[in-house]
Amino acid sequence: MSLISLQDLSVRHGGNTVLSKVSLNIDPGEIVTVVGPNGSGKSTLLRSIIGAQRATAGAVRRAPGLRIGYVPQKLHIDPTLPLTVRRFLSLPQRVSDRRAAEALEQAGAGNLAARQMADLSGGQFQRVLLARALLCDPQLLILDEATQGLDQPGSAAFYQRIEKVRQDLGCAVLMVSHELHVVMAASDRVICLNGHVCCEGAPEHVASAPEYRALFGTGTQGALALYRHEHNHSHDHDGHDCAHDHHHEAAE
Amino acid sequence: MMGLLDDFLIRAALAGIGVALAAAPLGCFVVWRRMAYFGDATAHASILGVALALSFDISIFAGVLAMALAMATTVSALAGRGYAMDTLLGVLAHSSLAFGLVAVSFLSGVRIDLMAYLFGDILAVGRGDLAVIWGGALVVLALLWWRWSALLTATLNPDLAHAAGIDPRREQMVLTLALAVVVAVAIKVVGVLLIAAMLLIPAAAARPFARTPESMAVVAALLGMLAATGGLQLAFVFDTPAGPSIVCLAAVSFAVCSLGSALYRGRP
Repeated sequence: MSLISLQDLSVRHGGNTVLSKVSLNIDPGEIVTVVGPNGSGKSTLLRSIIGAQRATAGAVRRAPGLRIGYVPQKLHIDPTLPLTVRRFLSLPQRVSDRRAAEALEQAGAGNLAARQMADLSGGQFQRVLLARALLCDPQLLILDEATQGLDQPGSAAFYQRIEKVRQDLGCAVLMVSHELHVVMAASDRVICLNGHVCCEGAPEHVASAPEYRALFGTGTQGALALYRHEHNHSHDHDGHDCAHDHHHEAAE
Repeated sequence: MMGLLDDFLIRAALAGIGVALAAAPLGCFVVWRRMAYFGDATAHASILGVALALSFDISIFAGVLAMALAMATTVSALAGRGYAMDTLLGVLAHSSLAFGLVAVSFLSGVRIDLMAYLFGDILAVGRGDLAVIWGGALVVLALLWWRWSALLTATLNPDLAHAAGIDPRREQMVLTLALAVVVAVAIKVVGVLLIAAMLLIPAAAARPFARTPESMAVVAALLGMLAATGGLQLAFVFDTPAGPSIVCLAAVSFAVCSLGSALYRGRP
């Protein structure tokens, strides 16, 4: 049985149709990535799934008792709010010190418990957000552009950690990203979104689909190969990133 | 105990402590959520509540509570409909104060009492007032205690709250309600013009000492109570108006705390 099942989900903001008849399933244990240009409704899709966005039409079905761990796109903590990492982990449900330490360890943030949230670097902050999402022992982990603000090696390391977490916990992962080359290689399935589902399937399939190329150009397919074979060479990534941005602009 | 309550200074001190206790943790949320103007608008609207209560001959507490609630819900409903929030709150706060002052002037025999509502009349707190103040303060504390985790989560990020099954709009309503109650009980102590100060200043002063939200609320409550009792004493000794004296002392404590922490951090 699917963890999440969307049936013809449509969302309108004012007069704009953000999502139109989106249907998809997330099955236990799979890593699904949603890619799409800015304004394609990626975040709206995730917000619909966690219940923060009301559907205009269609339905979002969650498996009964589904535990979702959510890592938001960005989290601004007002400097007037004092908050240690340890205290943050106990929001809203109080967790034991042992459980908190365990989750921090899993997320690679083992030594941060006593730090103030406001003093963390971007990478540390993302790992703490991940640790908090792991506390509920999630069946589904949802990440919204979780590596924004991280550099290339930082985000590659973050996605490797996600894959490790999936192996350890056996949870499904649903994430949104525009770092196509990194994300696609780590995914079981890719959904290309542009208001509607353009195409979906295995990463190789989507990367060669005409709908995908129309949105992102052809450069990314080469980058996928680059990533797969030489993912230690950050130089290649940099080169690719320019190409990607270029294509992206062309697509818009 | 009953003998103690006969002393107007004791009653005043208890009233001040009650308001400071409820205002401190709520004030922390006002600071964290950047709702300072929101507190102002709600407080200023309450003078209209006073006018309504006097003209319909209902209790001041009920009138102010109803008006503060109406104001707070109006602001929440209008938010994000084309006006910048600070503009909207500025318009509503000052116009409701003006309408309130005009409305009070229509009532005969009230003119002399107006100062008491604008700046508070803590030395005239009776036993009934004391019961209302402490009742209201306990309701606010209980409400915040009950919703504390959910409120904090919603304050951090609405989507994070949604994912945890918390409705951020409901938590906003909880804060709105608590704010209306605090305004209604504090009007007798510091008056409508200075209520926002009792919310903001102790919370802001407590910030440098706190590592968690809870410790900030506790330190704010201690500072607030210190300002309330100390301010009363100052007012008694120097024959100054009590409400403003309390706020002055709170402001001094804010300055001392901020300077102290800046110096401490600047030390090598």
